Amino acid sequence: MIEKRAPTSGQLDISFSRRTALVGGVQATIGVVVAARMGYISIFENERYKLLSESNRINLTLIPPRRGWFIDRLGKPIATNRADFRVDIIPDRLVDKDATVKTLAQLLSLNQDDVDRILKEVTEAQGFQPVEVASGLDYESFARVSVRLPDLPGVSPRQGFSRYYPSGAAVGHLLGYVGVVSAEEYKLKRDPLMITPGFKIGKDALEKAFEPQLQGKPGARRTEVTARGKIVRELSTRNDTPGKPVQLAINVDLQNFAARRLGAESGSVVVIDCLTGDIVAMVSMPCFDPNSFSEGIGRMEWEMLSKDERVPLRNKSLQGLYPPGSTLKPMVGLALMKNGVDPDETVSCGGGYRLGNRVFKCLGRHGPMNMTSAIMKSCNTYFYSMSNRIGYDAIAPVAKDLGLGQRFPLPFASQSFGTVPDSTWKMKKYGKDWSNADTLNAAIGQGYMIASPFQLAVMASRIASGLKLEPDIMLKKRKPAPHLIYPEEHLAVVRKGMDLVVNGAGTAVRSRLELDGIQMAGKTGTAQVKAIKDGFRGKSGAWKYRDHGLFVCFAPTVNPRYAASVVIEHGMGGARAAAPVAKDVLTFLFDPDKAMASLEAFEAGWGGGIQERMDRQYAAFLASRGSAP
Amino acid sequence: MNSIVPAPIAALPWRVILILFALVAIGTTVLYSAAGGSFQPWAGKHMLRFLVLAAITIVMSRMPLDFWKSITFPLYGVLILLLIAVEIVGFAGGGSQRWINLGFISIQPSEIMKPAIVLAAAWFFDKLPPGKINTLDAIWPIVALLVLPSFLVIIQPDFDAALAYIFCVVVVAFLAGLPIIYFWAGGAAIAVLAPIVFFFGLRPYQQDRVLIFINPEKDPLGAGYHITQSKIAIGSGGIFGKGFGNGTQSHLDYLPEGHTDFIFATMAEEWGLMGGIVILFLYYLLMRWGLTVAMQSRTRYGQLVAAGLTCTIFFYMMINLLMVVGFAPVAGLPLPFVSHGGSSMLTMMICIGIIMSIERHPGARRGQLT
Repeated sequence: MIEKRAPTSGQLDISFSRRTALVGGVQATIGVVVAARMGYISIFENERYKLLSESNRINLTLIPPRRGWFIDRLGKPIATNRADFRVDIIPDRLVDKDATVKTLAQLLSLNQDDVDRILKEVTEAQGFQPVEVASGLDYESFARVSVRLPDLPGVSPRQGFSRYYPSGAAVGHLLGYVGVVSAEEYKLKRDPLMITPGFKIGKDALEKAFEPQLQGKPGARRTEVTARGKIVRELSTRNDTPGKPVQLAINVDLQNFAARRLGAESGSVVVIDCLTGDIVAMVSMPCFDPNSFSEGIGRMEWEMLSKDERVPLRNKSLQGLYPPGSTLKPMVGLALMKNGVDPDETVSCGGGYRLGNRVFKCLGRHGPMNMTSAIMKSCNTYFYSMSNRIGYDAIAPVAKDLGLGQRFPLPFASQSFGTVPDSTWKMKKYGKDWSNADTLNAAIGQGYMIASPFQLAVMASRIASGLKLEPDIMLKKRKPAPHLIYPEEHLAVVRKGMDLVVNGAGTAVRSRLELDGIQMAGKTGTAQVKAIKDGFRGKSGAWKYRDHGLFVCFAPTVNPRYAASVVIEHGMGGARAAAPVAKDVLTFLFDPDKAMASLEAFEAGWGGGIQERMDRQYAAFLASRGSAP
Repeated sequence: MNSIVPAPIAALPWRVILILFALVAIGTTVLYSAAGGSFQPWAGKHMLRFLVLAAITIVMSRMPLDFWKSITFPLYGVLILLLIAVEIVGFAGGGSQRWINLGFISIQPSEIMKPAIVLAAAWFFDKLPPGKINTLDAIWPIVALLVLPSFLVIIQPDFDAALAYIFCVVVVAFLAGLPIIYFWAGGAAIAVLAPIVFFFGLRPYQQDRVLIFINPEKDPLGAGYHITQSKIAIGSGGIFGKGFGNGTQSHLDYLPEGHTDFIFATMAEEWGLMGGIVILFLYYLLMRWGLTVAMQSRTRYGQLVAAGLTCTIFFYMMINLLMVVGFAPVAGLPLPFVSHGGSSMLTMMICIGIIMSIERHPGARRGQLT
């Protein structure tokens, strides 16, 4: 016991007064604490909390900028923006995923493939990323979803723009496509624009390469919103600044024509302007439709494309590598003359060339051949014999000079550059000495030698112009290209040989241009896919074992203006498959009506244009999978 | 005395009525603004409720002190029974329930228990012979008095109410003159037991409240949301506020419970620090009035009841204000006379009515004849 004596009531009274005063003091202290705290928050932290209150109140919605157009050399649009109505899902605002998607599928009549894609993307999207349900909707569908919005939390219908490629598949590999930002891309930059519904970035090819220029600046809509996200009123709107257009060297009409002319074949057409090095067409078919890719492609369509043996997902012009075959012979001719071979010297072709105890065959018995006639007839014996004389190490530098095996700084992320072999290369790669047999194979564009269709077109353009053209996909002023180191007389010899291929008694006489005063010069090539043996000649049998058909050319023969390469995969021969395409493509440049007439006749026989055939293929694919389109 | 004013009206305790009227008027104004400039659904009811209850307090102030003494234990007993009844009804209904619906009015026994427990504690210390204040006889009855209702509300579970009972009884016991060493020992015991209770005694949602109070940013969208939004409302108001009707935090629903528990933040957003200081000053006057009544009362029962009930009001005020400025965890206690809400207003006005009655009947000193 602290207090010894028992207290009296008087003492308790005094104690009560003292303790009440103490309680009052404690109360006052707490009051002061509250006042001080409130003062601190509202005076010293006022700025900070004002900002927080504003950011609560004001919702900044970004308006995705309209993407810059791609236009062709004449200003025609290649990629534009189409006003459309679209519906997105914001995954983290979804309440019932399956029910919502089911309702949307009903309202917008989506097929099972779309539903699968949406469910997959919603699951993978991790909340922040809008998932496109459908775009390019008509007003009725849009309105149907809009009126049901109160029952569909997480669904966002909006009016916006979507990318539109009028040429469809014809420009798929050239331009690439656009798509929503992936989780990895978002983590890199964390730009809120990237997760705005309707915003897309370039995913491949030129769309990707020119992203900074095409993107533009987003607009913004400031709205006052309640805590539940209901918009109270609109405060202000700033319009978007569309991205800048990109002008390409491409002639879009030619591009479309070439794509259509390839028909059902799997191949590539590259056309280069011999005066400037402009790439006026670069086509690889078959191709995906960039419009449907940009909308978010369905699983089935993707499966169809990725399983197609004609690889519609690969840009064959830049990524495809083929043995160039006899298309190299004019280049070899230049190398021979450079190393002192007289173009008038003849070699007698008896159907082959003996090297040691092995005979390298020619496709015919051509008799005495000089350089021009050897090019015209594509005589292997002549080139075996002459190449063996100077050796391949003397030929390889010329091949490289004309663009083979070379890298070109084109704005495409994925390109293949092929191989121009020589003794150093072989030693490094295989640790073996170069043999004479290697020289003979390389001289006719087989063996280790591989090149892309684009490189073949560059070679043709350099031979045709005599200039070291640097091809470019952009339309811009450039310094004139320097001359090649080869004298004009040498170039004239091989050009003459190429002239004779088409206009003399050569391998491609059936593809002569039917134009007044304009003729085409070219060189056919046929590249083996499988070794010739047991009677197999690459002219029949399973599609994927047939020979590739190649053709390089330029026109007119005098003062050439355009050069081109055409590669038809498994086309069985350059003269048969590639040269007729080249003929029509070059004809289009000089007489479009005539070329179109010929194309329309072809398409009637093939069962329609690109889109019609692709639609039919997709329907057939779905049917084979047992699901309705 | 002014002859124009009739004597019964002049005799009313005008000082406290004016203080309360000012607080209720502020509350009404804030509620009017919070409803988007309308007396519906809160402001009109708030004022009306106050006027009705104010009339009742006037009636209560007429009751002699012995009346309160005589109903103390019957009231306490009835409330205990009602708490048990609520528990049974809740159990039968399959959920937690705090109200008893009597048809014309809903009664929340745990609320009315707050003033009742003060009356009971004061009654006990009044009866206790002064010489026994230092003995064990002074302790066990008061503990029993406290434990029974506390247990009944904790199982509801209404931890806040139990805390209020403990606070009220401890204050009355302190003022009654229990040795100071008990309170030091109690404080030390809490310091030791608090962590143990936190980890083993609290339910997860109660643990969350405490954790989030310590670090509201930990859960800005969940339970920390209240405190964060409240601080934003007060902080963005600044010294003079955003102006009447211009509070965005409350009008756009960012501030939850902006008309009840967080009404102080709603007020501060529109009226700023100045509005807050006015309210604090009014509370200061109210507390001063209550404690002055206690000091001037000449009976021990009157002293303890007046001081105890003043502290009951203070408890609400303290917890609410500390919570709103981010110094206490989120608790469901409204701001007395300002927040919208019937049952808390009823409790507060019962306290006021009894204090008024003590003011009117200071009684005779011990040893004097009444």
